[in-house]
Amino acid sequence: MPAFPQAANASTRNTHLRANLRHATHTIRAKRATAVAELDDWSRLRAAGAAIKDRTLRHLDQYLEQLESAVTAAGGQIHWAADADEANRIVTELVRATGEREVVKVKSMATQEIGLNGALATAGITAYETDLAELIVQLGDDLPSHILVPAIHRNRGEIRDIFTEKMSQWGRPAPDGLTDAPADLAEAARLHLREKFLNAKVGISGANFMVAETGTLVVVESEGNGRMCLTLPETLISVVGIEKVVPTFQDLEVFLQLLPRSSTAERMNPYTSTWTGTTDADGPRAFHLVLLDNGRTDTLADTVGRQALRCIRCSACLNVCPVYERAGGHAYGSAYPGPIGAILTPQLRGTQSELDASLPYASSLCGACYEVCPVAIDIPEILVHLRERVVEGGPASVRGTRTVIKPAKGHAAERAAMRAARWALDHPRLLRTGQRLASRTRRFHPRRLPGPGRAWSDTRELPKVPEESFRDWWQRTRGGSGTGSGTEGRKDTT
Amino acid sequence: MARIRRALADVPRAETPGEVPVERTYHRVHGDRSSAQTADLLAENLADYRAIVHRADTPSSPDTPSSLPALIARLLADRGATSVAVPPGLPASWLSAVPGAVRRVPDTAELTPHDLDAVSSVVTGCAVAIAETGTVVLDAGPDQGRRRITLVPDHHICVIRVTDQVVGSVPEALERLDPARPLTWISGPSATSDIELDRVEGVHGPRTLEVILTGPESAGQS
Amino acid sequence: MRVALFITCVNDTLYPRTGQAVVTLLERLGVEVGFPEAQSCCGQPQFNTGYRHETEPLMRRYATAFRDYEYVVTPSGSCAAMVRDNYPRMGAKAAAEGRGQELANVAAEAVPKTYELTEFLTDVLKVTDVGAYYPHTVTYHPTCHGLRMLKLGDRPRSLLAAVKGLNLVELPGAEECCGFGGTFAVKNAAVSAAMGADKARNITATGAEAVCTLDNSCQLHIGGTLARQGSTVRPVHLAEILASTEGDVW
Repeated sequence: MPAFPQAANASTRNTHLRANLRHATHTIRAKRATAVAELDDWSRLRAAGAAIKDRTLRHLDQYLEQLESAVTAAGGQIHWAADADEANRIVTELVRATGEREVVKVKSMATQEIGLNGALATAGITAYETDLAELIVQLGDDLPSHILVPAIHRNRGEIRDIFTEKMSQWGRPAPDGLTDAPADLAEAARLHLREKFLNAKVGISGANFMVAETGTLVVVESEGNGRMCLTLPETLISVVGIEKVVPTFQDLEVFLQLLPRSSTAERMNPYTSTWTGTTDADGPRAFHLVLLDNGRTDTLADTVGRQALRCIRCSACLNVCPVYERAGGHAYGSAYPGPIGAILTPQLRGTQSELDASLPYASSLCGACYEVCPVAIDIPEILVHLRERVVEGGPASVRGTRTVIKPAKGHAAERAAMRAARWALDHPRLLRTGQRLASRTRRFHPRRLPGPGRAWSDTRELPKVPEESFRDWWQRTRGGSGTGSGTEGRKDTT
Repeated sequence: MARIRRALADVPRAETPGEVPVERTYHRVHGDRSSAQTADLLAENLADYRAIVHRADTPSSPDTPSSLPALIARLLADRGATSVAVPPGLPASWLSAVPGAVRRVPDTAELTPHDLDAVSSVVTGCAVAIAETGTVVLDAGPDQGRRRITLVPDHHICVIRVTDQVVGSVPEALERLDPARPLTWISGPSATSDIELDRVEGVHGPRTLEVILTGPESAGQS
Repeated sequence: MRVALFITCVNDTLYPRTGQAVVTLLERLGVEVGFPEAQSCCGQPQFNTGYRHETEPLMRRYATAFRDYEYVVTPSGSCAAMVRDNYPRMGAKAAAEGRGQELANVAAEAVPKTYELTEFLTDVLKVTDVGAYYPHTVTYHPTCHGLRMLKLGDRPRSLLAAVKGLNLVELPGAEECCGFGGTFAVKNAAVSAAMGADKARNITATGAEAVCTLDNSCQLHIGGTLARQGSTVRPVHLAEILASTEGDVW
């Protein structure tokens, strides 16, 4: 995977992708603002959501134990997975035990994160994605680029072409003469997937919430594919990150208000399903819950970065992010694109790889993400915190062990420049000398810079250095007395 | 678990979860409405997300066109339904005006997904309805049946008793629900925003959701 | 009241006019302005790039330089936000690293006295009409840190609305970042340039003669992009508009 700047550079040149993303993010951005404005207690709900998550995270061990006993008492089985490989192994074995070779899937970030479909394919098991966008991505042999709408980078025409060309390879072909009207495309997906749902014996899902107190799992969705996968198969396997637990059933009253308005900008999403273990004669007879760590305890160990685990995957931060809008989701190189990806991935996976070390820098720190986050994750704060880990190193938890990370390679020149700049700035006399030198040579300044400066001057004019710095003007007109009056001797610098 | 405890080394050992403050200063319900206004808001929000809302009189004679049995019969006829899935505890009177030619399909364990796929419509009651969000919640009670019967048929008629089944808000709904039961929250027919983030109604779940508000206060005040 | 100007390194070196405008404006409003020459940079470029330990000497310098003043006024939303939001964080982190309370105390001294210019005018001096005259059509770009970290709200707009002769036109997508982001502009040049280009196009489309901001670091990026696009819209700092009068148009 290339580092973020290289990948983003390619995306910004793709005008087609830029137009798709711009249209989609601007559409949902305005709708979200309207949906949120309907509730005059939004800020209180937001504070409560953040606080409930903080309470949970600070006592995650207790809540997970409580969850385990509640789910087990209700007829479910709990499996603990320390990492992606272990989770994939557990799920593969559970599917094998049923004797089935095909599974239907609800859209799940966790299974995307661990690469479950690939692991199942290696074991000869076909996983069918049933969310419309995941289907588009799967048929197009593509990767998701958004948390809520994984095929946001595709427009209706591209989707029609994918359906027409690829559906027949996976099952029922697309209807003849399929148009690119969204309603027609949705209908084609309905017909294609219906046969999968009716025959499915094994369903795989994630979950939006797990209630420790009652052992209840919650899936929030729109299309009904979730309901199909959660109720028609005989076996249900849910892979859920350990941070998805909430203490009580009552706590859902906060999140079921925050999530729909933040994600799809609806008062309520069309379907929410909750289940507690297994229910006689209604829904799956066997329920397995795979609780996934995969870097979450490492994230939990960081007192600043920990708040990233509050995330309820609403994707509001993606939809307002000017960087995401131009770079696209694939540039982030993980299941989690956008601002949340920029803080989550380097914590889940560490900052060792070039890509992961570049993610905390994939932001102008404009703060739009923090403003819309329904659980008030201070994303800019964590970005800067992780930048420090990249360039200065420092303490971190890696696979459950506390270590001291070395500064990342490739920042030596930057570090030297930062140090030199700091040294000059800490010696105002030296600063003045530099300013005067720049002023005296102003006629000879090039319009384009060499080396790293090219990144600036390729698209932007350089500012003209004024004849005189403010410092010198002050000294000249006020005689360094600290105060003065009038603004005589103002030199025009424009 | 040991790993999680190590990660939480900064949390004082004596601290209990209850000591982490959660201020529940948000509203129990938004706004102040009479029960009739609450029912109106429910109807408005259901319709806003493309559910078709009807009102029926009860208790009155089943012969009047606006009575619940007559309305259900008319909706099934308009749909051209040839069969209807019936939860075990559905009040018998509800289908009393539906002609015998429309096949009743009882919700039994033998009913396969393929069987259900051939059923035109389903009629159910509900556990609770939420006005602020336009949501109907099913808890698989006797008048609702198993989750699958409201999912596979393409046409769902759901009857809500005004006022005793209608609450204002999400917090008020959760108070009434039993988490041990499988719950299905339904807000309009199925939908997707996956294509260019434009909402399209009707994907895998029933593409037509008809809601009947019935009861003394269902006539509407607005 | 003892008021110091914190000019910021960018203004000192590249935009001295903005500093001169602040001095002109405040003196016209009867404030005696001091300029302690020990000041340099708040440390934001270092801090935001991840060099927290390199930032600490600059934080101490800031507190020391302004020790004798009740108020520090700066014509930069992002530098004010750096002091107010990040100095306390740096203090807390130093304490967590077992280095005691010294840096937290430095933050506690610097934070309460630091004001962005529009805050100082509206909250401390309690003026919105500063007697300015600026006979031009202007559009306003609220810079991110002022908007979202300092929560300046409508302060800048109400100051602009009171300027005689000024015609304020709305900027489409005003609250979107211009793409500067300090070292972001170089580290993620392609995305930064794309954001800047969109912002510049929106500015030009308003038909304004000038675009006003509270941050010359953003102006550096916006102005540079406008110039490269061949736009005639002039970048101007709010302080320069407010300093302008009928007898002395800036």
